[in-house]
Amino acid sequence: MRLLDFLKGERKKSASVAKERLQIIVAHQRGHRGQPDYMPMLEQELLEVIRRYVKVDQDAINISLDSDNDCSVLELNVTLPNEGETVKG
Amino acid sequence: MAKIIVVTSGKGGVGKTTSAAAIATGLALRGNKTVVIDFDVGLRNLDLIMGCERRVVYDLVNVIQGEAGLKQAMIRDKRSENLHILPASQTRDKDALTLEGVEKVLMDLSEEFDYIICDSPAGIERGAQLALYFADEAVVVTNPEVSSVRDSDRILGLLSSKSRRAEQNRDPIKEHLLVTRYNPNRVDDGDMLNLEDIREILAIDLVGLIPESEAVLRASNQGVPVIHDDKSDAGQAYADTVSRLMGEDVPLRFQSVQKRGLIARMFGGGGRR
Repeated sequence: MRLLDFLKGERKKSASVAKERLQIIVAHQRGHRGQPDYMPMLEQELLEVIRRYVKVDQDAINISLDSDNDCSVLELNVTLPNEGETVKG
Repeated sequence: MAKIIVVTSGKGGVGKTTSAAAIATGLALRGNKTVVIDFDVGLRNLDLIMGCERRVVYDLVNVIQGEAGLKQAMIRDKRSENLHILPASQTRDKDALTLEGVEKVLMDLSEEFDYIICDSPAGIERGAQLALYFADEAVVVTNPEVSSVRDSDRILGLLSSKSRRAEQNRDPIKEHLLVTRYNPNRVDDGDMLNLEDIREILAIDLVGLIPESEAVLRASNQGVPVIHDDKSDAGQAYADTVSRLMGEDVPLRFQSVQKRGLIARMFGGGGRR
């Protein structure tokens, strides 16, 4: 397959791979910009608590903090697996 | 009131000190009273790049701790009387710099100078945060390489949240992108991020593009900021950068492969100058 790509001159250039990777990581970093310093710890500990009861992956949890003028909302999204995959039956 | 410009990057080795030295020298050559301060406490190097390492007596930490006056610690540049250098100390005490101390030094310098250039250490720790805290403008030095671009984005986050301007809700720090070590040949081959990609990802205005150049090492070997080498591509690119920092509209150069004539290729020797 690589050879075919090579012969067709369609090998993906490394610079465009770099660009795609950077776009993803920078968007992720910006999502965390300006949030309180305790957020990563909070996220980690919440994940640990949830994992005591349900089997979830690291990326199955999504946490964000939105601030309006006079109140902040901590939003927590967890994608639960299919039934029966709990840690403790 | 002086304009305070921090030269920063997050990642080490991308050309912060080279750029700070070149920009400060360029501003001074254009008639601005300029001082360049090394914030890299413990690992000072600006003195070497500026060629004044044997004239260092007192340093920034001595001034902050009241052991020397500003006039005693500042070194007048050999080549430009408008330019002064304030070296960092070699002490390893990381807490030697205080916010109040740095503020006092900058306020005192502000009365005498037009531009204060702060050469930030690498990283996002205390030294780097102090270097950018009081800035009016920031030059974010970035290589066309993934780790450098990511770290530059982290620094942009700090500039917009952990600076005095941010904390006092004043106009934000003006952020400038300076791309260094750019190699148009590799960009053409598709093996180096191109300028547009970097601009798009970081989403800040470009102030300069410095090509990868043999002149940079030659300059640091000799302790002469590369901007003095006005025949070199890097020297000219820094001169353009300084013009843009001063608000002039200068066309971008060195973005594409420079074609050399047959004669130049036969007799030119070691590459582009």
